[in-house]
Amino acid sequence: MKLRAAAAAVALVLLVGAAAASRGAAARATNGTLHITIHYSKFDPGDLAVEPGETVRFVIENTDPIDHEFILGDEQVQLVHEEGTEAHHASRPGEVSVPAGENVVTTYTFPKVIGSLIFGCHLPGHYDFGMRGTVAVG
Amino acid sequence: MRKRLARAAALAILTPILVTAAAGSALACGGLVTPNGTVSLLKTTTLAAYHEGIEHYVTSFEFAGEGQEVGSIIPLPGVPTDVIKGGDWTLQRLIIETQQRQLERAALFANADAATAGAEVIMTKKIEALDITVLKGGALEVGNWAREHGYFLPPDAPEVLAFYAERSPIFLAARFNAERAENRGVQTGQGTPVHIVIPTPSPWVPLRILALGRKASEIVQADVYLLTDRRPETLPQAERSNGFDPNQRGLIQEVSEPASSSLLTDLRSDRGMKWLPESDMWLTYIRINETAANLKHDLAIDASGYGRPSPVAAGYPAGAAPWPVVWTVLAALAAVAILMAVTDPGLRRQVARVFRR
Repeated sequence: MKLRAAAAAVALVLLVGAAAASRGAAARATNGTLHITIHYSKFDPGDLAVEPGETVRFVIENTDPIDHEFILGDEQVQLVHEEGTEAHHASRPGEVSVPAGENVVTTYTFPKVIGSLIFGCHLPGHYDFGMRGTVAVG
Repeated sequence: MRKRLARAAALAILTPILVTAAAGSALACGGLVTPNGTVSLLKTTTLAAYHEGIEHYVTSFEFAGEGQEVGSIIPLPGVPTDVIKGGDWTLQRLIIETQQRQLERAALFANADAATAGAEVIMTKKIEALDITVLKGGALEVGNWAREHGYFLPPDAPEVLAFYAERSPIFLAARFNAERAENRGVQTGQGTPVHIVIPTPSPWVPLRILALGRKASEIVQADVYLLTDRRPETLPQAERSNGFDPNQRGLIQEVSEPASSSLLTDLRSDRGMKWLPESDMWLTYIRINETAANLKHDLAIDASGYGRPSPVAAGYPAGAAPWPVVWTVLAALAAVAILMAVTDPGLRRQVARVFRR
């Protein structure tokens, strides 16, 4: 009987483990740096978590043969870039172009309030394709 | 022959062409890449004929107008030995052979329906105003080459190029040269047929690339004609036709029959089509009418008579599929069940009895 209870416990642990494995936890900066890879027009990791007021150095690696962007901000910022007519602008903290096959670094200080921000690429069709991620602040 | 067919075409083919034009211009059976990411490709027509180990791939590239940097990329199953100007009426003649029935049926029911870096250039060709480049390389190399040569690649291009490069690192890029098109008086909408000769043991027709740059819900339409020595088996298997039903989704087999001698005679009389036998060929017409989201594979063809089209050629994984979480859970449950069975004294006695017998 004890063995059967042990077996059931093992099954429960395995089930919980498998469920946990299927859900990735939000990535956090290590020593102030967060690495993001762009592959097949997707950000990896796509879910990030930071502390309010934290300054993060993003290192973005584009492994695709096409250009991308990393635009970090709230929905309004995303809308401006999605509907904007400005083809290119100089890099700003949290807003950079990531040319094909290159690594780009940008540093961003998050607001001191709890909330969430979005990062995405607004080259034609990319945002609709699903090229976006979220940052939980707090 | 040319005059006879031209006369026939003037009447018989006019309607299908107008129908096609109304639906959107026919371009090549490839992924279309444009500067602003919009894709104007609505319907394509392709012949993939397979005879004596050689795939003859005939498609038509349509001029989209000056100033529009529009090109096409077609993945190929092998290195072509030649790329030549395609015949003048091969594709149109196939339409007459098969789709005339569609028109007849439509008429019958009309009242009821009132309602680079790294990519190796292995061949370049100029065919009229078209610049053709055959490339060899991985997805990254071919993608870089395309970008550096002014092709705009939509966001799904990296994954789609990788999907093809894993099976065959050969791609054909085609683009109209605006200056030559102007000098030759090529009009917007005018097609240039291209005939690609590809020795390959395992023929396939690229279909997934037709969805390149499309939204998941967009409908991809294409007409694929197969001419083979025997009745072919395809993977994915085409569905049975509901009788040219425009609402039927999927890969629909509209025609599967021995090619008529008149068809073979007409095709053989076209440019570059002498390789086609005079008789004993099988004609298959597959109509593609599927959402971009569902068009995830290519059309593998087995005309050997063994009926085993290659899953790899169709783009299914060669090895084991990734071990998904659901299988992990099931495996864990199975392991626990075995563990419980082994540790249950009653069950253990029963098993022992069975083995003693």
